[in-house]
Amino acid sequence: MEWFIEEVFAKYNYWISIILMLIGFYAMIAKDNLIKKIIGLNIFQTAIFLFFISLGVVKGGTAPIVDEEMVSKGYVYVNPLPHVLILTAIVVAVSTTAVALSLIIRMYEEYGTIQEEEIIEKSRVKG
Amino acid sequence: MQTAIQHFPVLIVAISLVSAISILVAGWTNKKTPPFISITTVLAQFVASILILNHVLTKGPIHYWLGGWKPPWGIEYVVDVLNAYVLVILLFLGLTCAVYSKRSIEHELPQKTVSFYALYQLLITGLCGVTVTGDIFNMYVFIEIMSLSAYALIGSRGKIALKASFTYLVLGSIGACFFLLGIGFLYSVTGSLNMHDLSILLPPLYGNKMVRAAFVLFIVGLSVKMAFFPLHTWLPDAHAFAPSEISAMLSGIIIEVCTYAFIRLAFSVFSVNFLTLLPIFDILCWVAGIAIIMGSLLAMTQFNLKRMLAYSSVANMGYIMLAVGLSTSAKNFPWCGLTPALMHMLNHALMKGCLFLVAGAFIYKADLWNIAELRGLGRRMPYTCAAFVIAAISMIGVPPSVGFVSKLYIIFASLEAKKFAFVAILLVSSLLNLVYFWRVIETMYMKREEGEEHAHASMNSRDEIPLSMLIPVLGLASLCMVMGVLWLAGITIPILNKVNAMFGLMVVR
Repeated sequence: MEWFIEEVFAKYNYWISIILMLIGFYAMIAKDNLIKKIIGLNIFQTAIFLFFISLGVVKGGTAPIVDEEMVSKGYVYVNPLPHVLILTAIVVAVSTTAVALSLIIRMYEEYGTIQEEEIIEKSRVKG
Repeated sequence: MQTAIQHFPVLIVAISLVSAISILVAGWTNKKTPPFISITTVLAQFVASILILNHVLTKGPIHYWLGGWKPPWGIEYVVDVLNAYVLVILLFLGLTCAVYSKRSIEHELPQKTVSFYALYQLLITGLCGVTVTGDIFNMYVFIEIMSLSAYALIGSRGKIALKASFTYLVLGSIGACFFLLGIGFLYSVTGSLNMHDLSILLPPLYGNKMVRAAFVLFIVGLSVKMAFFPLHTWLPDAHAFAPSEISAMLSGIIIEVCTYAFIRLAFSVFSVNFLTLLPIFDILCWVAGIAIIMGSLLAMTQFNLKRMLAYSSVANMGYIMLAVGLSTSAKNFPWCGLTPALMHMLNHALMKGCLFLVAGAFIYKADLWNIAELRGLGRRMPYTCAAFVIAAISMIGVPPSVGFVSKLYIIFASLEAKKFAFVAILLVSSLLNLVYFWRVIETMYMKREEGEEHAHASMNSRDEIPLSMLIPVLGLASLCMVMGVLWLAGITIPILNKVNAMFGLMVVR
């Protein structure tokens, strides 16, 4: 029980991001629908973002705005660097999603479906 | 001039980005301008990269602090011998493909020339960025810029290429996510993202599980991007259905820049001491061995010429990774350390670039995709086919071509490491190379077209590709031989030895 509390409850943020990561990974591999694959990709990326954000937390920390008076009163700040990194990574994730969705739209125009199996089937017939 | 060179690393990235935007703007008013803007920019970048290489060889590494922020906090661009060498290779092939693509894209994608060149410049931006950066998170961002523009470029032909591009996107994003997770792990234990800073902070933490897990995540993530054997499944379709100059870039540069990223992480961020702690490189060698054999066998079964070349790329990534894997155990001059791996990077870029551009020439002239359709082309397009033959015998490894030199060095390295199985693997793969390239050469030269009068007609009518496409092809083909002689004469070896000395991979005498 003690082990369970130490490893699972105390580190719940890591567990949540691992579980989300696996859900996303499963969706990317197993789903036949292309949109669902992209949703899986987004879940996977978001899980990593959560992992990064939870790294930056400092217990009792406030917003990282440097102010001499507050430092002298003994306030602590959360680490702002992971936030900055994740802002960049979110931009990357959004553009990946945009490219993926536009590819799906083009595929829908071409084949009339967004099921992967059917697209493979139709492209084989066309040669 | 000396101070100007200090700014070149960031300029190389910036002018490429600016030209991508200006191509879009200029393309609105005049559709003829984009290829010229693109070629001029890449030419300027290529000249800058040569100046950088010269500076780095004579004066030492260049450090550039973006916005003047000091390294552990700000982003730093570091160019040492390894970067500069990769930069020259990638911009050279980039220039060749830009020149080649002018006529080819006008023919293949007449409606999309403007967006093609804008994306092409973005691709070059990403590639240069990955190469010059000294910040690990910055590297992730540039890898994604490079990959995103590659997805769009691959999909530009439509139809089946869209499917290929989508598969690459899904797998590539998984790879990038693993890479990002690895960065998170390293950041959580060290609190730093600068490569040099990490290399100082990491050694006391080599036993830490988090650090080891991060290294494994880097290997897996980059293996997807570089199409290392069991994770190569996106590559054949993406290479086969992309426009040919993009196939050449993908096969010759993009997957190789990812290998560079791996080498940088393994030797610069981590170090040789870390790599000898775990049997990771032994495993890498064996997987690479399987990659070489499987890539060659799968290439033999293909009917589509570009698909065959794509599987051959899988085998060649195996060569590079095998050479990387052997680098920690082979320490004697001249095949010490990373020399064979870096050598094969350049060689593979030349050979595969040439082969894919020739495949593109067949598509340009007669829309020929399958090997069986190439009958009698040896007479119709003599120069193009000659270039193909030179690059093909170079892949097989006939002296004094580049393929021969890299195979020779890898064989020497594996002999020194006492791993004799890899000598056998290399020899078998050369044999397999001979089988699948000879099939193409035989169809081009020996087989006649059906009907005697057809054969007669094709003998008389020469139908070569335009000069702006022929020159890049012939240039790459002749470099396949010239570079081979240069390697054998040992003129370019000292550059690579500086890299080995930097990573402590050489016996000091």
